[in-house]
Amino acid sequence: MSELLIQNGHIIDPSQGLDETGSLLIRNGQISWLGLGKSSPPQPDFDVINAEGLIVCPGFIDLHCHLREPGYEEKETIASGSRAAARGGFTTICCMPNTNPPLDNQAAIDYVKLVATKEGVVRILPIGCISRGRKGKELAEMAELAQAGAIAFSDDGQPVRSSRLLRQAMEYSLAFGRPIIDHCQDAELSQGGLMNEGIIATRLGLSGIPAAAEEVAIARDLALAELTGARLHVAHVSSQGSVELIRRAKEKGIRVTAEATPHHLTLTEEKVIGYDTNAKVNPPLRTQQDIKALICGLNDGVIDIIATDHAPHTENDKRCEFARAPFGISGFETALGSLMNLVHEGKLSLRLLIAKLTSEPAKITGNRYGKLGTLEVGAPADVTILNPGLEWVVDTKDFVSKGKNTPLDGERLKGKVMATIAQGRLVYKDDGITIERKAH
Amino acid sequence: MLPKIIMTPEDIRRTLARMAHEIIERNKSIENLVLVGMRTRGVPLARRLAATIASFEQAEIPVGALDFSLYRDDLARLDLQPIVKSTDIPVNIDGRTIILVDDVLYTGRSTRAAMDALIDLGRPEQIQLAVLIDRGHRELPLRADYVGKNIPSSRHEDIQVKLTETDGLDEVAIIAQSSLKEGQQ
Amino acid sequence: MRQVQQKDTLTVKPEAPPLLWRHHHILDLDDFTLEEIELVLKTSDAMKEVLSRAIKKVPALRGKTIITLFYEPSTRTRTSFELAAKNLSADVVNLSAGTSSIVKGECLIDTLSTLEALGADIVIMRHPMSGAPYIAAKYLKASMVNAGDGWHAHPTQALLDLYTIREHKGSLKELKVTIIGDIKHSRVARSNIWGLTTMGAKVTLCCPFTLLPAGLNHRQDQFPKVTIEASIEHALDGADVVMALRLQRERQPSGLLPSIREYVRLYQLTESRLAKAKPDVIVLHPGPVNEDIEIASSVARGPRSVINEQAANGVAVRMALLYLLAGSRQL
Repeated sequence: MSELLIQNGHIIDPSQGLDETGSLLIRNGQISWLGLGKSSPPQPDFDVINAEGLIVCPGFIDLHCHLREPGYEEKETIASGSRAAARGGFTTICCMPNTNPPLDNQAAIDYVKLVATKEGVVRILPIGCISRGRKGKELAEMAELAQAGAIAFSDDGQPVRSSRLLRQAMEYSLAFGRPIIDHCQDAELSQGGLMNEGIIATRLGLSGIPAAAEEVAIARDLALAELTGARLHVAHVSSQGSVELIRRAKEKGIRVTAEATPHHLTLTEEKVIGYDTNAKVNPPLRTQQDIKALICGLNDGVIDIIATDHAPHTENDKRCEFARAPFGISGFETALGSLMNLVHEGKLSLRLLIAKLTSEPAKITGNRYGKLGTLEVGAPADVTILNPGLEWVVDTKDFVSKGKNTPLDGERLKGKVMATIAQGRLVYKDDGITIERKAH
Repeated sequence: MLPKIIMTPEDIRRTLARMAHEIIERNKSIENLVLVGMRTRGVPLARRLAATIASFEQAEIPVGALDFSLYRDDLARLDLQPIVKSTDIPVNIDGRTIILVDDVLYTGRSTRAAMDALIDLGRPEQIQLAVLIDRGHRELPLRADYVGKNIPSSRHEDIQVKLTETDGLDEVAIIAQSSLKEGQQ
Repeated sequence: MRQVQQKDTLTVKPEAPPLLWRHHHILDLDDFTLEEIELVLKTSDAMKEVLSRAIKKVPALRGKTIITLFYEPSTRTRTSFELAAKNLSADVVNLSAGTSSIVKGECLIDTLSTLEALGADIVIMRHPMSGAPYIAAKYLKASMVNAGDGWHAHPTQALLDLYTIREHKGSLKELKVTIIGDIKHSRVARSNIWGLTTMGAKVTLCCPFTLLPAGLNHRQDQFPKVTIEASIEHALDGADVVMALRLQRERQPSGLLPSIREYVRLYQLTESRLAKAKPDVIVLHPGPVNEDIEIASSVARGPRSVINEQAANGVAVRMALLYLLAGSRQL
């Protein structure tokens, strides 16, 4: 549809400081008009979505997800992953390069972009490798990757073991204005680890990954970021100690940003009891104390954004002994619902939550690909409509993602995405939303 | 439903005395007898019979206890787990006349299990059966040699035997029940 | 044919109400109540009596199919289970999957489903990965008995240890039990900690701190309270029971100990160290014993050692568990 009015919703757009009733008009893939209160757009000739009682905000931006294509299409494809993202309210997703082959050259990036254009329903921005083949030995050709469209560089899935290489990558990347995203984990301290090190791991007889394994790596990365002046983005922060390190680094003026995932913000290591492989994730789910520190970090800006780290696996992959199961949680479709818990419990304001999913990630992606994370007139029409009070039960049978691996199956959540519009196209709609077609 | 008392303590005492006499009468050599009580209430009954016989014949008859849980045929159909206790028979049973003693004879399955247990323990010359109550409804071709009292009953009734050693008093009562649990006696 | 040990089994006490046995699987001792452990121990008494007879067989599990599936080699435990099952007249099949099939990636669930399709009523499994039996319990109708999973649990070993201790000490309440060795990687230690603390004993752990698991005494809602002692002399002081664990070389990534020599110097259970314990202390070991490593051979073979009894009691305890399981149904 070329013209769509989203009417009388509660518009929350942190990028413009908006938090009131209003309507917005979408035309030709852009926000063409935004009016507050009861005002109506000039030409009354469009389809209408009545958004009364619902929140209207910019489409969510996910800086960290795994689409598995090329190479692991049984787990997810760009098509299925982007549709799952749409169902979760995401209109821009950044996919990690740990595919097969990895995204360490132009051809690979071009492939992803091509498939994304043909089969993706939301904007897909690829992330390129830091090292050739993700092997952690030699630098990948970052200039080529940047030119091809990579928005950041990462070897995610693996940490960058070599401090020498990380330093070089940071220095080299300065020329391209794109951050280095590191999965901070000391390989030897975490070797063989399957869940958070602590009393639950002791009880279950599982090898633990201590919080220190993350903190040691973050400390190193921060020191190198200070040394080089590079932009560092810390992926999936999970521990209290890590939050502290990042806080002090920011106070010193080091150019670091950080993300936390919905599962690290809401679930503890207790989810592993019973050996549920769906709760096996890296970094692992930790303790109530760590959650508190992460939420604190969100509130005071130490943790800049929320990213899903959507990591789908097949049912067969996860249906085995805990030690053999791969790490990862399929997160797109439960992200908003699980995060709304924090809002309902008064730990995070809805406005701040939306900022962490929209305006803040947009600061990191930059405007190269359009003005993202905003409902400004002229910006791409990426809009998410959500019902903050709607209760629903998670049923993986309804998941659009091929990955049904979530520890939240059967959980009752309160807060749901009702519709997602990506670049002017309605890419997801809950049955509870109706569109009044314009009269011809 | 209130239980109806069928035997008072005095009734029980007299009946056991009569049974003891029958045992003496039918067995020429008392010395070869062993009284084996089927757990649980058969055990105090066996002891009482042995004591009565001893008082008449001035002969000590060995008394043993037999747990036949491991020989039951209805394990998977029970709701509650019977506690397996041990079997304790103080003499070698080869060549002896064993008198199995139980409180109630009903379907006969417990008796069959007890006999199998005994035969795994040795080779008795004879096995006889003494029961305080025979309530009919046999499901196997078995009969008791010594019966205290015949109480015809319906399957919807429960015969409850209480003994001082196990329950604090002596009494036999009959209760009408809507559901009779199989295997519980 | 005087039977063994029973005090006076002919005096019948008022009967305790029969316990509803609710375990369809035996995975760990962390969900056994004191009453349930007592039931297992009492049933084991009866089974021990059966084992003292000339005919050690009873027909209780006739017609049941029991399959042992061992992914880790173990002649002792497997034989113990096999004897237990056969003494109850069950049909037994032994499978050694071996670690190669795990490496090849053969799915555990598929293997177990096949066993169930073949008619297994009870599967007894030993597996090198913690939690493996829980998968089985989720997907199978048959009963699963955990014969040891990774570092996590070895419930039947702990029960036979409790049985052995009870035989010598009567009640387990307030007993001081000291466990020495590689606690971090020991499923025997974990299951014993659960069993002993449930029965009211006080547990002390003693080992180098690199072999101590993380988070102990952190949350008593998740794991029982234990005392930790670095010095073996303090740990043994006044102990009623000492349990020495095998130094598990095969499970340690290198570097947790500088050398075996140093371990022996600090933690070997010697006669002189044992003298610090109570004079009637008993010494247990899950076996096989590394003589003169974790335990001096003179102690292992000495008058305080009950190691051989543990093995003998193992069959009785396993018979008891199989018997109790056979009466349970998938609820």
